[in-house]
Amino acid sequence: MKEIVVLSGKGGTGKSSLSAALATLASKIIVADCDVDAANLHIVLHPENYREEVYVSGQKAVIDYDKCTDCGTCMDYCRFDAIRLENGKYLISETACDGCQLCERVCPAKAINMVEHDKSRWYAGDITNGKMIHARLAPGEDNSGKLVNIVREQAREAANEIGAELILIDGPPGIGCPAISSMTGADEVVLVTEPTQSGMHDLKRIVELAGQFRIHSSVVINKYDLNTRISDELEKWCQYMKIPVIGKIPFDRSIVDAMVNCQSIIDWAPDSDISNEIKLIWNKLICHETTRSI
Amino acid sequence: MKIAIASGKGGTGKTLVSTNLFQIVRKAGKPVILIDCDSEEPNDQQFINGNLIDEQLVTQNIPVIDTDKCTYCGKCQEYCHYNAILVLPEIKHIQVVEDLCHDCGACLYACQYGAITEKEKMIGAITKFEVDERSSLYESRIEVGVYSSVPLIREAIKDAGNGHFAILDAPPGTSCPFIATVEQADYVVLVTEPTPFGLNDLKLSVETLQELKKPFGVVINRAGLGNNAVQEYLAENKIQLLAEIPFDRKIAASYSEGVLITDSLDEYRELFVQLYKTLEKKAS
Ligand code: SF4
Ligand code: SF4
Repeated sequence: MKEIVVLSGKGGTGKSSLSAALATLASKIIVADCDVDAANLHIVLHPENYREEVYVSGQKAVIDYDKCTDCGTCMDYCRFDAIRLENGKYLISETACDGCQLCERVCPAKAINMVEHDKSRWYAGDITNGKMIHARLAPGEDNSGKLVNIVREQAREAANEIGAELILIDGPPGIGCPAISSMTGADEVVLVTEPTQSGMHDLKRIVELAGQFRIHSSVVINKYDLNTRISDELEKWCQYMKIPVIGKIPFDRSIVDAMVNCQSIIDWAPDSDISNEIKLIWNKLICHETTRSI
Repeated sequence: MKIAIASGKGGTGKTLVSTNLFQIVRKAGKPVILIDCDSEEPNDQQFINGNLIDEQLVTQNIPVIDTDKCTYCGKCQEYCHYNAILVLPEIKHIQVVEDLCHDCGACLYACQYGAITEKEKMIGAITKFEVDERSSLYESRIEVGVYSSVPLIREAIKDAGNGHFAILDAPPGTSCPFIATVEQADYVVLVTEPTPFGLNDLKLSVETLQELKKPFGVVINRAGLGNNAVQEYLAENKIQLLAEIPFDRKIAASYSEGVLITDSLDEYRELFVQLYKTLEKKAS
């Protein structure tokens, strides 16, 4: 089983559109949408969910005012500034509470209880050429790294179930914990970038991260014609870093048109230049030797 | 007046709006501060030149175990909600996993043998640039592998909004760093794209802001590129459309070179002047 993860460092590089297109090209595939903060792939791949599960992201402290004696001990101990005094009443801010449980332990009146945060979900669904695992982290909830791990675990299970050889992971933006969770143990990282100063800057940070995990990476330059000078610079830098550039996709309105029609570009315009370019990228990706020997 | 510029996902034009708005306010001779709270990927500095005036390191506490006093009772491990302490009494081993520690202080409270003290660990930095006498840029940057940027963001915003217009470039998404930023703002500008992805992300942000009871409006970037679903959604839900920035290759080209469009493209200066006026009215 091979796990390919698509990452971008910053958002807006067209990562999800490319992931959707690649996913459409496989004969049998498991797609794992690990951008759990702002999942989008389901809009294009239309999974028919057969499973919905609650994800408990953590706990939050709640005060039982029948027992509270207004002593303020909890506020003294809280390091997250989550407890404040308002009109003689101690209030816990749900968004600032980190769930550390210390206030529950220090309260002499045993007036604080921890309640589970259970608004987040993960889903498993059927798509035309396989299965898709995706998730939705509720606003203000943390621990997206843990949810990413669940999505990946479920993806592996689904792959075993239907005998799929390939898992395509659409990773989250950034270089934080969820990005790390989505790439640990993967076989191949595809970095989608765009020719802007900030794209270049973010690419360097994500390459550094992938390097730390010793995962083979390759780069796709999206919208490369929006600034060919920076595209050239990007390519030179990749060459210097010995990272193969496996594709250069021009800016094309049809990518947006496809998205507006809730389809991947491969389904929307199968014989367009852009789809052909993506097919080439796909071939380089699944045939390991080509990417390795560049 | 503190205005947060936010979006459900990065790359929708949050930086474009923040930096150009900053430039317009600055050029109007008003005191203004731009705080880049997107500490995982701060980008504003690539568009704005200033003189470095200060770098402030931000730290968190990390427990330190005095093994002479430790009895390996395991109470700190039991109290640590984040599995950041590992105690193996059989072999008299205790270890703090620094990357997992959330600086909650529970272990310090737990230990009855006075075996725990704390040290400081750097989690990030706030770099301050002076752009002119009346305006400055603060950039927050988190170290790789730190569990949360919230303490760093709070520190960066701390002295914003005292007698000047403050623009907070918020981290993308709807998780804790986003909330830590918008919670401090008087008004939030959501930047989105007119596509199904943009609309999907916008809805998540709107839901979150409504829960937080924060007033907000929307800027559509790359207008004309996708469809009208975002406009329809805004009208249906009575959400104010603050501005529409058209899709224009010239904007993309200017942006890619790190040049502000209010400097390079006359036609967009007026758009940002109007946006600033609208936002100023929100303050009064
Ligand atoms: S401060 Fe809190 S999170 Fe850190 S080790 Fe102690 S109990 Fe664990
Ligand atoms: S609570 Fe104190 S004595 Fe007990 S294991 Fe922890 S550090 Fe050692």
